[in-house]
Amino acid sequence: MISIGIDIGSVAAKAAAFNGEKIIATAISPTGWSPKEVGEKLLKEILEKTNTTKENIKTIIGTGYGRVSLPFINKAVTEISCHGKGAFYLDPEIRTVIDIGGQDSKVIKLNSHGQVVDFLMNDKCAAGTGRFLQVMANALAVDVGELSDLATGVEPANISSMCTVFAESEVVSLVAEGTSKEAIASGLLHSVCNKTYSLASRVGVENKVFFSGGVSRNKLMGDLLSEKLGIEVISSKESPYLGAIGAAIIGW
Amino acid sequence: MRPKIMEEVEALRGINSVAIKEAHEAGRKVVGQYCVFSPQEIALAADAISVSLCGTTQEPIEEAEKELPRNLCPLIKSSYGFAITDKCPYFYFSDVLLAETTCDGKKKMYELMGKLKPMHVMNLPQTSKGEDALEMWKNEMVKFKEFLEKELDVEITDEKLKDAIKLMNKERDVQKRLHKLNAHKPAPLTGMDLMLAQWLKGFNIDKEAGIELLERLIDEVEERMEKGIYAFDENAPRILLTGTPIGSGSEKVLKILEESGASVVALENCTGYKGLDIMVDEDKDPITALAEKYLSTPCSCMTPNNDRLDLIKRLAEEYQVDGVVDLTWQACHTYNVESFTVRNFVRDELGLPFLQIETDYSDSDIGQIKVRVEAFLETIPTPAKA
Repeated sequence: MISIGIDIGSVAAKAAAFNGEKIIATAISPTGWSPKEVGEKLLKEILEKTNTTKENIKTIIGTGYGRVSLPFINKAVTEISCHGKGAFYLDPEIRTVIDIGGQDSKVIKLNSHGQVVDFLMNDKCAAGTGRFLQVMANALAVDVGELSDLATGVEPANISSMCTVFAESEVVSLVAEGTSKEAIASGLLHSVCNKTYSLASRVGVENKVFFSGGVSRNKLMGDLLSEKLGIEVISSKESPYLGAIGAAIIGW
Repeated sequence: MRPKIMEEVEALRGINSVAIKEAHEAGRKVVGQYCVFSPQEIALAADAISVSLCGTTQEPIEEAEKELPRNLCPLIKSSYGFAITDKCPYFYFSDVLLAETTCDGKKKMYELMGKLKPMHVMNLPQTSKGEDALEMWKNEMVKFKEFLEKELDVEITDEKLKDAIKLMNKERDVQKRLHKLNAHKPAPLTGMDLMLAQWLKGFNIDKEAGIELLERLIDEVEERMEKGIYAFDENAPRILLTGTPIGSGSEKVLKILEESGASVVALENCTGYKGLDIMVDEDKDPITALAEKYLSTPCSCMTPNNDRLDLIKRLAEEYQVDGVVDLTWQACHTYNVESFTVRNFVRDELGLPFLQIETDYSDSDIGQIKVRVEAFLETIPTPAKA
């Protein structure tokens, strides 16, 4: 018997399976244009990975912005609750979750029982989200996954624009002026770090801090956040799957 | 499922827009006002009809943005938009306008609106505390009275003022009793119906008829309660909605809350309970009594505004509230800055979950609001979850 969590994000769709004791499988796929199709694809993948049949599914919980498009789920739960639940499962000492996704970022506070006590979202502006980094990586003609290595140990060029659209123009200008890709990449990551810090400060950051979402795969981002917050920011290979993990656990 | 009389309440929309035209043609004078600080009694004592012109829909905002900055409270833009587009029959038939220096945005917008119709501006003190503030506000009451006497060619006697005060108190009382029905668990009225009943009545030409309608609504709801008919079940999270005013057209957040399963039991805002809390003293000199009551309105444009915290506390207790949602219209600095104080008060002193939503009248952010509201409601423990 397993419960399944499916998190349809703006860039990537994730799934996880929970057997009552631990998470036994995860899956990920680009969301594409059809949340329903990718949801069904992930469901199939999870069943295959766990060697389970449909009859042995306890519940399927959907989360993420695409949750409303999944007809086969039993219940939809917001990604805030799911991230909270997932973080608490990974480490019950986590009190703050910083999630930077494809097109939103959020900070979630947990109490000692793992319950969400406060949260703040930025889902109205691309600045400080994965989208910002994606657009800038394109402007630098690099893959977004290369940004961390490019920027590590390099003094940041100053990116003054908050807005993604104007920051992109600024990057193009900097490249034309001869500023190195490395310095620009460093400036961009600092920019996202500062935006995240503002959001997190309004909620209040408490140890332990867990970093989730696609952008958590950027190693330098985690280091910059730790430095800015003055608290070590933890992430793990489960980080991008946090929402799906939490959803699967809620479904049990 | 809804109380039958709500149909009559909704019908007021159509009835009143014709009634105002007929009243105008019959020679009745109309005073349009925009705020809960505005003393309706003085207009009534001048034998005029008092109508609330505060804009609550997105529709006229586009026109307003040609003259007003886009980065401005939607309520101000909507109010001005209705004025310049002739889309509101109540503005159209208003003979005079009563403005007030409450917030910066309205204060400056009125400069433009004052070019359209005869307008009187009442200068609200920045604070409600101290003798000076009360004296100033009393003088403003007198100036408004004198303005109306001149414009409408009437005499406003103390006796007429006292009669108007009695009538308005009666209206406040019936609305209060309507609100209090929702202190019951579960609530017999949806927050939407509670808001609508109060808001639509603001256009009523005939105040006595409006009072009588609400009395009948209260009777019907009480009968339904005796039969065990409520708007929600016992497990629905009970929410107090505070902050900026809402009306028909700007009820987006209230609607999303109730669509997500919450029961909005209490409305602390000025289109809800805020203006009903305190009656006008019927034994005092009318100008003093009016000044005292209206100055006591706990709006964020006043400083300090601790009475709002007291009111939130009283309502939270009386209505057995599970969580507080604070609505802030975009560009409303006073309610926005005050939200931080309210948040700390609600969380630390009342021990309740708190959510602030900052938005405008458009429907471009419904998805974002839904996620926040749903996440907020997920944090409220319900008996089912325990």
